[in-house]
Amino acid sequence: MNTALTGILQILSPGVLLLMLGGTVIGLVAGALPGISATMAVALLVPFTFSMPAISGLALLGAIYMSAIYGGCFSAILINTPGTPSSIGTCFDGYPMARQGRGQQAIIVATVASVLGGLFGVAALAFLAPPLANVALKFGPPEYFWVAIFGLTIIATLCSKSLIKGIMGGLLGLLISTIGIAPIGGDVRFTFHTPALQGGVELVGTLIGLFCLPEVLSMILDGSRTYETVDVKQSKGVFGTTFRQVLAQPMNLLTSSVIGTVVGIIPGAGGSIANLVAYNEAMRSSKHPEKFGTGIIDGVIATETANNATVGGGLIPLLTLGVPGTPVDAVIYAGLLIHGLRPGAELFTRFADVTYGFIFSLFVATLMMLPVGLLLGTALHKLVSKLSIRILAPSIMFLSIIGSYAIRNNIMDVWVMLICGVIGFMLKMLKVDPAPVVLGLILGPLAEAGLVQGLLMGRASGMGWRLFFTRPVSLLLLAMSVFSLVWPIISAQVRKRRAKEVGTGA
Amino acid sequence: MRLPRVLAPVAILSLVALMFGQVVAAAGFPEKPITYMICFDPGGESDITARLQQKYLEEVLKAKVVITYKVGGGGAVGWSELIRSKPDGYTIAGDNLPHTILQPMQRGDAGYTTEQLKRVYCFESTPCALVVKKDSPFKTLDDFIAFAKKNPGAVTLGGSGSWTANHLGTIELEKAAGVKLTYIPFTGSGSATPALLGGHVTGLMTYTTMAAQQLDKFRILAVAAPKRSAVFPDAPTFQELGYDIVEGAYRGVSVPPNTPENIVKIIADAFEKVNKNPEFAKKMAELAFDLEFMGPAEYTKFIQTRKAYYTDLLKDMDIKQ
Repeated sequence: MNTALTGILQILSPGVLLLMLGGTVIGLVAGALPGISATMAVALLVPFTFSMPAISGLALLGAIYMSAIYGGCFSAILINTPGTPSSIGTCFDGYPMARQGRGQQAIIVATVASVLGGLFGVAALAFLAPPLANVALKFGPPEYFWVAIFGLTIIATLCSKSLIKGIMGGLLGLLISTIGIAPIGGDVRFTFHTPALQGGVELVGTLIGLFCLPEVLSMILDGSRTYETVDVKQSKGVFGTTFRQVLAQPMNLLTSSVIGTVVGIIPGAGGSIANLVAYNEAMRSSKHPEKFGTGIIDGVIATETANNATVGGGLIPLLTLGVPGTPVDAVIYAGLLIHGLRPGAELFTRFADVTYGFIFSLFVATLMMLPVGLLLGTALHKLVSKLSIRILAPSIMFLSIIGSYAIRNNIMDVWVMLICGVIGFMLKMLKVDPAPVVLGLILGPLAEAGLVQGLLMGRASGMGWRLFFTRPVSLLLLAMSVFSLVWPIISAQVRKRRAKEVGTGA
Repeated sequence: MRLPRVLAPVAILSLVALMFGQVVAAAGFPEKPITYMICFDPGGESDITARLQQKYLEEVLKAKVVITYKVGGGGAVGWSELIRSKPDGYTIAGDNLPHTILQPMQRGDAGYTTEQLKRVYCFESTPCALVVKKDSPFKTLDDFIAFAKKNPGAVTLGGSGSWTANHLGTIELEKAAGVKLTYIPFTGSGSATPALLGGHVTGLMTYTTMAAQQLDKFRILAVAAPKRSAVFPDAPTFQELGYDIVEGAYRGVSVPPNTPENIVKIIADAFEKVNKNPEFAKKMAELAFDLEFMGPAEYTKFIQTRKAYYTDLLKDMDIKQ
C-alpha cells in the first residue's frame, strides 16, 4: 500500500498536474473536432511520453483519453455531429436542446454526466479490476455475435414509430459495412475496382455525412438567420439548477455507468456501442419514452455517463490481462510496453506505484474536466449561437471536409461523407432516422466476425451452429436481445390500449 | 508538329536545370520533413517499431520524421497510395511480409503489385510461435500433434487475419506434420489473445512479440524461427523438433517506384544506423522483436525468394493467382 501512496503523491506534484491540465485541454479540443478521434489524439502524444518518467507519461495519456471521449459531446450538441463515435446518441437530444436555445444547459448536463460516469468507471478499475477482468474472457466469438444482435435490437426502441423504416436503415448500414476486405477470409467485396475502398467505409465520415450535412442543408434551406430557433435569455444560476436536475436521475446515472463500464470491459466494443446501449436502456425504462429525441436531458445523461465510464472499464482487462478493452487502450498498451511495463500481476506488485498512480491520475483528470469543460463548452456555445447562419453553415461544411479527410488521410472518405450527406438529407425528407444505419455500420463487422469464427469453432467441436445456443453467456445475451426486441412493441400496445380506455372512459 | 526554334534551347535548358536540381536535391537529402507512413492501426507492431525508430532516425537524418497513419485493407490502402506518391524520398512507408506478396496474389487488384514497392531496408521480424495456455494438457509439440492426428479438424488455432504469416504458419504446420487443424482468423494479433485466455480456442499461431507479453499465462510449444528467442530461450524451434517451418512477419520500409538510387541509399543507411544503435536494439529485444539487417538489394532478393516459395505452397490451395 505504501508504494501505491508514493505513486499517488507523484501525481499531486505541480509539474504532473500541469501536464494533465494540458492533456485535458488537448483531449477536449481533439474530441470536439470530428476528424480527430480519441485514439488519434492519444497515438499522436505517445512519442512525447518516451522521454518522461512512466507515471507522468501515463497521466498525460490518461487525461487526453478521458477528456477526448467527453469532448465529443460539444460538436454533438452544437452541430449534430458526434466528435467521436462515442457521442452518437448525444446528438439525439443534445442537438434539439441547442436549437431550442438550451445549448448551455445541454453542455452542463453532458459535463456533469461525463464526470460522474468517468469517476464510476475509474472506481471500478481501482477496486474491482481483478474479478471484473474475467468478464472479458467470457466473451468468445459466439458471444460477440450475440452482442451485435443485441445492439441491433436497439432499433426497435429507437424507431418504435416506424419499425419498418428502422429495419430498412439497419440493413442498409449492415450492407455498407461489408464494403472492403472481408474480416474473415480476406475476400474483396464491393470495392468497384477502387483500391482505396479496400479499407471499407470509415465510420466518422459516415457520421458527419448522415448527421451533420442534412442539418446544415436544412439550416440553409429554411432561410433561418440565426442558429437558435427561439430566443432564450441566459438565466442566472443555470449551473446549479441543471446540476440538481442531473442528480435527480440517480437510476439513469447508475445504469448508464454500469453499462459503460461493462461494455468497456468487453474487448473490441467501446464507447460507440456503450452510448447507444445506454440511450436505449434509458428510453426503455423511462416513464415518458415518447419525449426522447425531442430535447430532454435524460438522453444526454445516459450517453455521456456511459461513454466516459468505458474509459475505466476498458483499462480493466488491459492492466490486469494485457487485453485492450477499446481501440484507445491498444495505443496505451503500446505506451506501457515501451516504458517496460508489462500488463498483468506485475503491474499491481512490482510496479504498483506506477499503476495506482495512473489510476489515481484518472480520478484527477476526470475532475479537471469539470471546470475546463464548462469554460470551453460555454465559449464554444456562445460562438456557435451568435454566428449568423451565413458564416456558420460554410464553416461547418469546411470542418466536415477537413474532419472526414483527417481521420485516415484518405480523400475517398471525403467523397463517402458527401455521398452520405446527400443520402442523409433524403432520409431526413422521408423522415427516416439515420441512427439505425450507423448501428448497422458499427455492428456489422462484429456480427460477421463472431458468426464466421463461431461457425468454425462449431465445426471443429462437431456442434455446428448449435454452439450459438448452448453457451451460458450466449444464452443470456440471446434472452436480452429477445427482451429488448419485444419490450417496445408490447409497451406501445399497452399504452395504446390505456389511451383507448381513457378515451372511452371520458 | 515542330517546336518553334526559340523553344528548343529553353526546353533543353530547363531539362538540364531539372536534372541539376535533382542532383542537388539528392546531395542535400533530406532538406525537409520526411513522412513515414504506417499502414496499420496505432498500437500494433509496425507502429511500435516506427515510434521507437523515430527519434534515432531524426538524429541520423538531421530532419524531422513525421509518422502518419494510412490504415485499411490490411495495409493495401496505404501501399497503393505510396506507389502513387512523388518518388523523391520524402514519402516512405512501412511495408510488411507476407502481406505485400500475398495481397496482390490473392486479390487480383490490390491497388499495387509486389514489385512496385521499391524496397529500401528490412529492419525487424517477428517469427510465428505456437502457443497454448499454461493449464493445457499439451506439454510439448508432440502431445499437440499426436492429439491433432487422432482428431482431424478438432484443434482450433486462432491467429491474426486470413492469408497472413499466422495463417500460413498454420498451413505449413498442417503440411509438415500431416494433420488437419481449424484455423480461426481474428482481426489482428491482439484480439486473438483473449480468445485463448478465455479458452475459446485450443491454441494460437501468433507472433513471438505477443507470446512475450503473456509469458506467465502461455506455454510456447515451438517457435518458427531458425534460432531460439532470447526472451524465452527454453522454447524450442520447429526445426529442432524435426519440422522445417520458418515463418513470420517481416517489417521494412519502402519508397515509391523510380525513387533515385542515391536517395534510397541514404534512407537505407539511416535505418541501418538506427538498427545498430545499442539503445534501440535493447528496447526492441525486450519486446521480442528480432532485428534484421537487409539492405535494398538483399531485401528485394529475399522477397523474390519468398514469392516463389508462397506461389509453390499455395498452388494446391483455393486461392486466386
